[in-house]
Amino acid sequence: MFWTVTQSLLGGLGTATQLFALTLLFGLPLGLVIAFGSMSKWTPFRFLLKPKKNTGRKEGLAEEAKEPSEFVKSLAAFRPIHALTDLIVWVVRGTPLMLQLIIIYYGPGLWFDNNIWGSAASGRMFACTVAFVINYSCYFSVIYRGGIQGVPVGQREAAEVLGLTKRQTFFKITLLQMVKRVVPPMSNEIITLVKDTSLARIIAITELIKSGESYMKSAGITWPLFYTGVFYLVFVGVLTILFNFIERKLSYFR
Amino acid sequence: MAILDVQHIEKSFGATKVLKDINFSLEEGQVLAIIGSSGSGKTTLLRCLNFLETPDKGTIAVQGNTLFDAADPATQRESEIRRKRLHFGLVFQSFNLFPQYTALENVTLARELMAKGEKTGESLEAIREEGKVLLAQMGLQDRMGNYPHQLSGGQQQRVAIARALAMKPDILCFDEPTSALDPELTGEVLKVIRGLADQHTTMIIVTHEMSFARDVADQVLFMDGGVVVEEGTPEEVFGNPQQARTKQFLEKYKGD
Repeated sequence: MFWTVTQSLLGGLGTATQLFALTLLFGLPLGLVIAFGSMSKWTPFRFLLKPKKNTGRKEGLAEEAKEPSEFVKSLAAFRPIHALTDLIVWVVRGTPLMLQLIIIYYGPGLWFDNNIWGSAASGRMFACTVAFVINYSCYFSVIYRGGIQGVPVGQREAAEVLGLTKRQTFFKITLLQMVKRVVPPMSNEIITLVKDTSLARIIAITELIKSGESYMKSAGITWPLFYTGVFYLVFVGVLTILFNFIERKLSYFR
Repeated sequence: MAILDVQHIEKSFGATKVLKDINFSLEEGQVLAIIGSSGSGKTTLLRCLNFLETPDKGTIAVQGNTLFDAADPATQRESEIRRKRLHFGLVFQSFNLFPQYTALENVTLARELMAKGEKTGESLEAIREEGKVLLAQMGLQDRMGNYPHQLSGGQQQRVAIARALAMKPDILCFDEPTSALDPELTGEVLKVIRGLADQHTTMIIVTHEMSFARDVADQVLFMDGGVVVEEGTPEEVFGNPQQARTKQFLEKYKGD
């Protein structure tokens, strides 16, 4: 019996690990993109505030006569990319991942009569991965933003004064300092992700807990449930060792 | 011809006018000290020269070339500003060394990136050798492989000076280079700056070290409330100040 349960749980662990790995693979870079979006300073309407071409004599008069209205001022300061990403992050972080899973998987089929995911297990897994990537990248983005904004302004200024391009400044100066800063909060989020993979069962994906629980129903035994707990503990234990290793690796600078 | 010519620089942050019609020029090989109380606009002026702030009005010319003209947007293009700012070097009050690089890497990083990116034909070896020479000049030959957090404040600031010098700027600017240092450590940094002055490095030094300014400067600007109140040789400004505000300010530093 123990061997059968172990095999079945290993199957569930495989599914959970796949979901975990794919979420990180796509979610970590996407999170960075979203972080940049929320820090975007692009103000397409700022031309509204640009002073008129200097015409010389009447300069003083023209300036005083036309004080822009509050509406124009706020429109000029409007950052559309920042606003859009913040809206998305709010919605994604503000609603349960379980709800997002259900809507993403069942939504297209119900609304458009077209289940884009297909009904095979691979389709469920695909839909689930999409939901997880969207959800987690939003959380990651906030962690990244904190990491980037935590790097002192002086670092960017020093790089600027030395003639580095914005690109060089990010990759050569900011990035590693950001990574060092985000490792502890990231480790929290990634450990939560391990356990959140159990939500996949809501769209009938057999992950760890569902595998273990099935023995409760079929054979009336509960120990496989506790056994799933051991799987999670080992998974998180390995991650903790990995995070400690990364932190140690990055401890050569402050 | 003056190496630096600054005309009618004005800068506001919101409704606050921080710089009001600043004019000065500097001859090659000379040292300009800018003194004044906090909030007088000294640092903002230095930041304008290094393109960290964009002046609202005025022009900045180096060796007769207008680098910046507030009335001419063509002089404010991002890609060009990056090259223009290399005329100036800046040493910050808080050092701002890159913590993940060693002292030597801090000095050579920008040059190496430039050599790689723009194919200047400079060998990385040569850049590294030059970096070592600079650090040795700062008295840091034993510290090249150390990371910033392993260095004292005075050592960090000397690395920062070497880093600025590595870009071979025409004019080296210092923004209160010793204000973040313990009194025992200011001496070693001032000594290095004095050494640079002896080699006729063109420098602009914003400082609260009055005796140092008097000693090392060829020209002194006293700023207050965003304007240049008084300007002259150290003997004139320190020895025989004309303006009441200057006298009042220097009174506080008597015995310094």
